[in-house]
Amino acid sequence: MRIQNKSLHRKEKAIEWLLSGSSLVSVLTTLGIIIVLAVDSFQFFTEVSIIDFFTDKEWTPLFENKHFGILPLLSGTLLITFIACAVAIPLGITIAVYLSEYASKKFTAIVKPVLEVLASIPTVIYGFFALQYVTPLLQKLIPGLAGFNALSPGIVMGIMIMPYITSLSEDALRSVPNSLREASYGMGANRFQTAFKVMVPAASSGIIVSVILAISRALGETMIVAIAAGQEPKLTFNPLESVETITTYIIQVSMGDVPQDSLEYRTIFAAGLVLFLFTFILNNISYWVIRKYRQQYE
Amino acid sequence: MLKNAGSYFLLLALVFLAASCFKKYKGRISIDGSSSVYPLTEAVAEEFRKTNPDIKVMVGVSGTGGGFKKFLRGEIDIANASRPISKKELEESRKKNIGFIEIPVSYDGMAIVVSLKNTFVDYITVAELKKIWSPESQGKINSWQQVRSSWPDLPLNLYGAGTSSGTYDYCTLAINGKAKASRGDYTASEDDNVLVQGVSSDANSLGYFGLVYYIENRDKLKLVPVKSSDTSEAVLPDNATVQFGKYQPLTRPEFIYVNTSAAKLPHVQQFIKFYMEKAEALAKEIGYIPLPPEVYQLSYDRFKNGRAGTLFEKRSIVGVQLKETLTENQ
Repeated sequence: MRIQNKSLHRKEKAIEWLLSGSSLVSVLTTLGIIIVLAVDSFQFFTEVSIIDFFTDKEWTPLFENKHFGILPLLSGTLLITFIACAVAIPLGITIAVYLSEYASKKFTAIVKPVLEVLASIPTVIYGFFALQYVTPLLQKLIPGLAGFNALSPGIVMGIMIMPYITSLSEDALRSVPNSLREASYGMGANRFQTAFKVMVPAASSGIIVSVILAISRALGETMIVAIAAGQEPKLTFNPLESVETITTYIIQVSMGDVPQDSLEYRTIFAAGLVLFLFTFILNNISYWVIRKYRQQYE
Repeated sequence: MLKNAGSYFLLLALVFLAASCFKKYKGRISIDGSSSVYPLTEAVAEEFRKTNPDIKVMVGVSGTGGGFKKFLRGEIDIANASRPISKKELEESRKKNIGFIEIPVSYDGMAIVVSLKNTFVDYITVAELKKIWSPESQGKINSWQQVRSSWPDLPLNLYGAGTSSGTYDYCTLAINGKAKASRGDYTASEDDNVLVQGVSSDANSLGYFGLVYYIENRDKLKLVPVKSSDTSEAVLPDNATVQFGKYQPLTRPEFIYVNTSAAKLPHVQQFIKFYMEKAEALAKEIGYIPLPPEVYQLSYDRFKNGRAGTLFEKRSIVGVQLKETLTENQ
């Protein structure tokens, strides 16, 4: 009996070790990535002044006339993210409100999984969809639109991140206590007023978190922009021009034969660090929003 | 029963595999280097294997620079190269006492292309190309009108080879006078299909890449004739103008470099002879532009005479007339 207990105890311990080991893997990976990014970026910034990095308006590290200004890549990244959000946020929230407040349960049960399929389409397919279908369509509407531009991948990316917003916002709306909805109707409010003046503000923390998650997804998105946005680092906020994002630049350098351990190679770590900082800050904001507003209505 | 049969076949297969591993080759030739010379050398090697199954020819791809690195470590017998050996590589070969024989094998033309919607570009001069692509133009030359005053004031969107391709090295040398000197604010890609897509879908585009990619996409692009000077006539790149050196300076020869000690081995000599005999037909078959027949003959003579070294240490590769150069240097 005692022996059995001992072996059981040992088994229990082994499982515990296994579980904590698995969680350590993810923590260590994150730490490792941060260290690699930081070390190589530090080396980069010993050769390139950090002030130039953030103020120079040109980015041509692979060429004769070298400039290391991250602004063109950053403007490309932010421009496309902004277009994607302009498409995804209004559309995503509207759909979420419709599904939770207006649509029948049966309809929601069918439509929601279909919407989520959008999130499971490989991004490389979205990329070709943008390049081969959306761009030619837009060229018919806007003459003079270049084949690579920010608008088309931005719109397609908006469609891609929309399910994140819809799905999470709808969950947030559903978790608002029904008493609030009933109280609103009781006060004589109609459906629209109830939805947008009571339910959406009540679920705002969940909706904000869903939007932030979608934004950080858009910032880091690679394939769509690499295929359809072009590879020309240009400081512009004109959606009709071709732009290069941070992610596209990183692909471009890592696919070419830039010698490792050179200044040109280390540019991708500095660019990667900037991108990482952005998503890191966004994730922290969403964490903070969740903690601050979560249990307001319980 | 079935299981037995299966294991029997497995055994048989293993025996064959082992036998092929231990197959005695009379000789081995290892080749590596440029990706743009690879298709031709591989096509030659394939034919060669058919007639000489007892000689093993292996062709790899690691870029011109990578190929020379292996060549100078003595790891390979032949290096494929889409540019002549560089000064640095030449110094290293002298230091390590590794000799080589340089053999041109085919031509490659650089196509200057614009969108099919472009109606005003009838030709372009090399000086205009330089105005567009030089490093000083970065951020300054942004309109077609700035290139030639009779062209309209439309934005000029540029597409060109990525910095790690041999095309980039050659075009910057031929147009701007210095390898790797180019403006950086254009869509740069090593993937020529990206450039084809970009130029064809942008009405204000101008781009350059290897002629093979234009030929594959001729229904989507407009090829621009090039004038080497203001007074010369505008030349369109095609098989004839590239082969006979009329399309200048945007024609480049491609080479193989044979290690001199390997060149003494009979099976290597056999392979080079075969290469020189078949290169013209095979180059045409795979869509490359062959050298004129005399040039193959002259190159082979040079090889037979064991003439080591490069012809391009002091001579520029841009605008070279291979026939004359080779005749002078027999």
